Amino acid sequence: MANQEVDQSKRKFLIAATSVAGGVAAAAVAVPFVTSMMPSERAKAAGAPVEADISKIEPGSMITVEWRGKPVWIVNRNQAMLDTLATHDDKLSDPKLEVTSQQPDYCVNPARAIKSNIMVLVGICTHLGCSPSPKLQTGADMGADWPGGFFCPCHGSKFDLAGRVFKGSPAPINLVVPPHKYISDSVLLIGADDKGVA
Amino acid sequence: MANSNQQDSKGLLGWIDARFPLSSTLKAHVTEYYAPKNFNFWYFFGALATLVLVIQILTGIFLTMNYKPEASLAFASVEYIMRDVSWGRLIRYMHSTGASMFFVVVYLHMFRGLMYGSYKAPRELIWLFGVGIFLVLMGEAFFGYLLPWGQMSYWGAQVIINLFTSIPFIGPDISLWLRGDYTVSDATLNRFFAFHVIALPLVLLGLVVAHLIALHEVGSNNPDGVEIKKHKDPKTHIPLDGIAFHPYYTVKDLMGVSVFLIVFSAIIFFAPEMGGYFLEANNFIPADPLKTPPHIAPVWYFTPYYSILRAVPPILNSQFPGVAAMGLSVVSFAFLPWLDRSPVKSIRYRGTLYKKWLAAFVVSFVILGYLGTEPSNVWGQFSPETLIVGGADRATVVARIFSLVYFSFFALMPWYTKKDKTKPVPERVTA
Repeated sequence: MANQEVDQSKRKFLIAATSVAGGVAAAAVAVPFVTSMMPSERAKAAGAPVEADISKIEPGSMITVEWRGKPVWIVNRNQAMLDTLATHDDKLSDPKLEVTSQQPDYCVNPARAIKSNIMVLVGICTHLGCSPSPKLQTGADMGADWPGGFFCPCHGSKFDLAGRVFKGSPAPINLVVPPHKYISDSVLLIGADDKGVA
Repeated sequence: MANSNQQDSKGLLGWIDARFPLSSTLKAHVTEYYAPKNFNFWYFFGALATLVLVIQILTGIFLTMNYKPEASLAFASVEYIMRDVSWGRLIRYMHSTGASMFFVVVYLHMFRGLMYGSYKAPRELIWLFGVGIFLVLMGEAFFGYLLPWGQMSYWGAQVIINLFTSIPFIGPDISLWLRGDYTVSDATLNRFFAFHVIALPLVLLGLVVAHLIALHEVGSNNPDGVEIKKHKDPKTHIPLDGIAFHPYYTVKDLMGVSVFLIVFSAIIFFAPEMGGYFLEANNFIPADPLKTPPHIAPVWYFTPYYSILRAVPPILNSQFPGVAAMGLSVVSFAFLPWLDRSPVKSIRYRGTLYKKWLAAFVVSFVILGYLGTEPSNVWGQFSPETLIVGGADRATVVARIFSLVYFSFFALMPWYTKKDKTKPVPERVTA
């Protein structure tokens, strides 16, 4: 045995083949572990649509409901608020709603809503996921030319009363309008529309 | 080596040495590890970092005995530790103060490396293991901060995990995978607990061992940046400028440990929250997924990088550039051994150019660190008529300028270290 010459090319081939087979096996074993960190079946099931009673929201005020663990704002905008929406298009990043993933197509309209006074928004900043604070009134601590809207305390992003982002904010795109539909005049379903569940 | 030890040790020690390299290991790393005799104040912090690591592991073990990693119980279990567990408050404050002191000590330890060129050849791997320790430490701090499940815990984790969302293409899936849910939730808390108490500490300990093995292989640098192994006693082969780690430096480090413990205890006893810098007021409010606190800021040791994140404006409707800049600001340290072209190690023999750049770097690090603790409108806005920066937040403009200085320190290093006029380095260490 000791005198036999070592066939280097065979040895190299065997080492390479063993390494590849071992590597493939290791990658395959990693799959269940990595996948176990994705949302569980229970977490997925918890994402069902929620109903909200909107009959008690005074004009000019809002309520917050929880959908998929996220805040969803329902704002009942009064006429003065709706009138401000058209006045500051030049200060917005995307006034014409060109980023279509931010709202269902039935909300691509100046008010970003089905019924123009009822605004439904996911209350999560498109920057890094903080929840902006409602600053619905004009002026006040936001400066004299503030038209009313939402202000994100984390990094200072500003949105108008249709959730459209002002230029110069760290948030790159408008707030998300979730899929929603009216079950009756006073009950709104969030997370599902006529096309199905989101 | 083992054979020579078998001859000099007798009795129980001899029996062990014949089976396990006890005496030879102790000799190699403690009693006959020769460190330069000219260590100064800046050489306390490696030993102190080890001490804090031990404090964190010990207090951490006792905290897990009462902590519950479950979203509906976590906040209350921390309050239970604080109010009802005997001495629980002390143990928890030791752990939370230990986290901040870890960064104090590690930042000073890293600054020592910058001053004396300790990352330069042949110590590149020591430095790289050190950068690894720094990164794991940041991970430990981040994962640990979610565990009390307060408002800052929750929203801090929310923001940091969402950073990954901005990575092109795969970002949203990475965030979902990290959270294990559509928002930060019980699933997230549970896995962060696993990372914080077992996964990262194991990696950390491994890196610390590698850091020390590499250090003891090439030997310590010193304030003169000269290699003491160049001049050895011809008979004993001991470096002429070296003294044994034990007893000389164990005694010196004991003195450092004493002073450190005085400061450490004073903080725990009198200012464990450090005015909101070590433990933020908002974190004493239970996590509320529907309401972000009015001002959120990371703990002080993350704020320089956080400032850089905020300073970079979104480009092409994407905030990825800011996230990339923040990542780069942390990882930049790893490239130092190859960025520095200076023929000398220590700041004592470098020219004024390097000294100025290092000073500029420290100033920007501190200013960025301060700005990161404040909202971006802290200094108000420039008046709309101002040239170029009209209407912008003053603090944001300042943060942008110092972010540039921060990165220039690294990016221009090959140029200014080469151009710098260095002084002649002595053959042997000075006093």
